[in-house]
Amino acid sequence: MINISLNNEPKQIERGILLSNALIQWGFGETKIAVAINGEFVPRSTYHERQLNDGDQIDIVKPVGGG
Amino acid sequence: MSYTPTLPAKDFILYGETFSSRFLLGTALYASPQLMRDSIIQSRAEIVTLGLRRQNPADRSGDAIWQFIQESGCRLLPNTAGCKSVKEAVTLAEMSREIFDTDWIKLEVVGDDYNLQPDPFGLVEASEILIKKGFKVLPYCTDDLILCKRLLDVGCQVLMPWGAPIGTGQGLLNRYNLRTLRERIPNVPMIIDAGLGAPSQATEAMEMGFDGILLNTAVAKAHNPPLMAEAFADAIDAGRKAYHAGLMQKRQTASPSTPTIGQPFWHQQ
Repeated sequence: MINISLNNEPKQIERGILLSNALIQWGFGETKIAVAINGEFVPRSTYHERQLNDGDQIDIVKPVGGG
Repeated sequence: MSYTPTLPAKDFILYGETFSSRFLLGTALYASPQLMRDSIIQSRAEIVTLGLRRQNPADRSGDAIWQFIQESGCRLLPNTAGCKSVKEAVTLAEMSREIFDTDWIKLEVVGDDYNLQPDPFGLVEASEILIKKGFKVLPYCTDDLILCKRLLDVGCQVLMPWGAPIGTGQGLLNRYNLRTLRERIPNVPMIIDAGLGAPSQATEAMEMGFDGILLNTAVAKAHNPPLMAEAFADAIDAGRKAYHAGLMQKRQTASPSTPTIGQPFWHQQ
């Protein structure tokens, strides 16, 4: 297992997991989201090839009202 | 009734797209998604702003807002609200482009937590980076002339100077700076973004020659948001017409409007 941060919450997840699978595990499978890891944008087209690493800080955002 | 504008009527064109409404409306702070939807309709807006935030996957509270925004048919203008660094703003802009499928971005780089004043240095740097990445940047900026010129230098084609700090409802705090901006940069679309609290303030900005108004709080926090949205829409139209019609010059002394020739009861002394 590795330790990561998901939206500033500590989480553990299996070593070597792909981002695409992690998103499904976390319940984001069908929702409209965008992802950044360690402050860098991760394009949707790369989710299936991006492995999560120990200490990764993952931000997942959804649309909200804004001014 | 037809009238001949004193000033040439300019279309409201932002990054090559022509809009008939000069009112851009925010989608936050409404008491319910239904009030937001009704306010968008009554505002006659064709562009709405929105944002991105961390959310728990189980939290579906934002789904209705997102659904209504999509159904509005408005062009989406996502923001980078809350970003305090160039890197944060650029990353959030890239996330917005993917999720909303638009290269338009209302660029905000906050320089101060107290009044949410834009960071002028970060704004120019982030604008330059994003424009090179293909974004159409609409920067939320202060009314500083030199900042606005630098934003144009790096490729911004629209400017969005503040009227007052976000959410204050103070109106146009620095008329001198705003008039200077309009006079010195006459041919770039400029939208007064933030700080307006009353439709009369929007009218004043339009009378000064600004091209559009972007606001959120003044509508969302009204007792009747849809009615306030309509009031702002009418006020913006009125201000634009007045600008085209050409305001009279102010005078220090009174001047009768009714003819003095033929005044009854008047006799040579």
